[in-house]
Amino acid sequence: MKPFDYVRPATVTEAVAAAAQPGAVYLAAGTNLLDLMKGGVSRPDRLVDVTHLDGLDGIERLADGSLRIGALVSNADLAHDADFARSYPAVAEALLSGASAQLRNAATVGGNLLQRTRCAYFYDTASRCNKREAGSGCDARGGENRTHAVLGWSESCIATHPSDFCVPLVALGAVVEIEGRAGRREIALDELHRLPGDTPERESALEPGDLIVAVRLPPAAREFAPHARYLKVRERTSYAFAVVSAAAALRIENGRIAEARLALGGVAAKPWRASAAEDVLKGVAPTTDAFQEAAWRALTDAKPSGDNAFKIELARRIVVRALTLAAAGTPARLPALPASPFASTSGAIHA
Amino acid sequence: MNHSISLTVNGARRDFVLDDPRVTLLDLLRERLHLTGTKKGCDRGQCGACTVLVDGKRINSCLALAISHDGADILTIEGIARGDQLHPVQAAFIAHDGFQCGFCTPGQVMSAIGMMGEGQAGNDPERIRECMSGNLCRCGAYAGIVDAVLDAQGQMDESDQRRSA
Repeated sequence: MKPFDYVRPATVTEAVAAAAQPGAVYLAAGTNLLDLMKGGVSRPDRLVDVTHLDGLDGIERLADGSLRIGALVSNADLAHDADFARSYPAVAEALLSGASAQLRNAATVGGNLLQRTRCAYFYDTASRCNKREAGSGCDARGGENRTHAVLGWSESCIATHPSDFCVPLVALGAVVEIEGRAGRREIALDELHRLPGDTPERESALEPGDLIVAVRLPPAAREFAPHARYLKVRERTSYAFAVVSAAAALRIENGRIAEARLALGGVAAKPWRASAAEDVLKGVAPTTDAFQEAAWRALTDAKPSGDNAFKIELARRIVVRALTLAAAGTPARLPALPASPFASTSGAIHA
Repeated sequence: MNHSISLTVNGARRDFVLDDPRVTLLDLLRERLHLTGTKKGCDRGQCGACTVLVDGKRINSCLALAISHDGADILTIEGIARGDQLHPVQAAFIAHDGFQCGFCTPGQVMSAIGMMGEGQAGNDPERIRECMSGNLCRCGAYAGIVDAVLDAQGQMDESDQRRSA
């Protein structure tokens, strides 16, 4: 690991100033960053440790009914918060389907949003990677790429964003609160991650020094609680990243879908909100035909970036199944194997 | 630049001067305190052999910078027995052959203790397999590990009931 300076700021303002310097990065739990540093993929000159900052580890219900989650809340503490799991069951299920229990205990909300791709060529410093080293090329394009992107990719980069947590969050319209050199601002989570285009090395809308201080779920996000699921296909049943995942949330009134939310994971460089598919479902009855039409819409623009055409059909089926499960109702208990299509208690129906 | 930190390790306060911030909690435990029960397997957060409890929660000590955990309370495999009396999870691993070569065992035991503290597994083998998925065993002793954890969980539930009765 390359040597670095360690800074422990006392306030958010000090943190922002320290991290705005070239070569500086924030350290939260470090579950992704230290791994990348050990492999020489990330080579920061300065670590700005935000874990000792006050006021960033609370979960707070605001007067308007929205929920504010501090950036330093651990993935496990959030998923196991009873009120949170009741109000946003698909988000809790997504969190518990990610990583391992040890990693969830350490990993933070802000860190989860900013985790880097798991593309093997990004991790292997002997390979060419436009994301790791701008302009060097992309060895994934002609390499082992069955798990790579099918939506929003470019010739420069076909990597995917690995987060489970972000998928239901983006479906529910989460907002990210950012402290920067010019003060506090907020953006939609959907606008945080960037598609690669010609500049895959620029992964987010954050500027130097920007610190994510909280994630907020708007008041309407709770209304989907009775019909919300996260479903994730992986290479093994636990402790694996998504090949494809989907978050589906429905508001059903008088037997019809008043509003639908749908997002996909494992398919693009960002959590992929499928707005066109949501529109198809508005005002119709929750039937398999409607779900298949929505799935078709969600993947209309998909194209393989390599040996991964199967992911497009897989994504359609996962969408139909996630919507079917959501329509059937959020289970009273989280399945023993969260988000798994193989969970014995998931009540899953084959799409 | 030197950094001073203090940790509580297995109940005793320990002070350190770090001349380099790159030291992980795992390396600090093994190299500075010679607590070599905590194992370095992959050193990348994938195998779970380095699992310890930090402030009561299980984490991978290989992916934790020691300097960032200034003030933390650490429990390692060396700190769970009472003299010659093994922790119930240790005894259950022996009773159920929950290991073969033994390299992953300290991490498995610490992870199981952490899991019981989280109260998420109960007596469901499927939940135990899911909640222990961060600990790999290359000998494949998983069947014995699940049996050991079920047994230990049952014993600890019983002793809780006796205490509250």
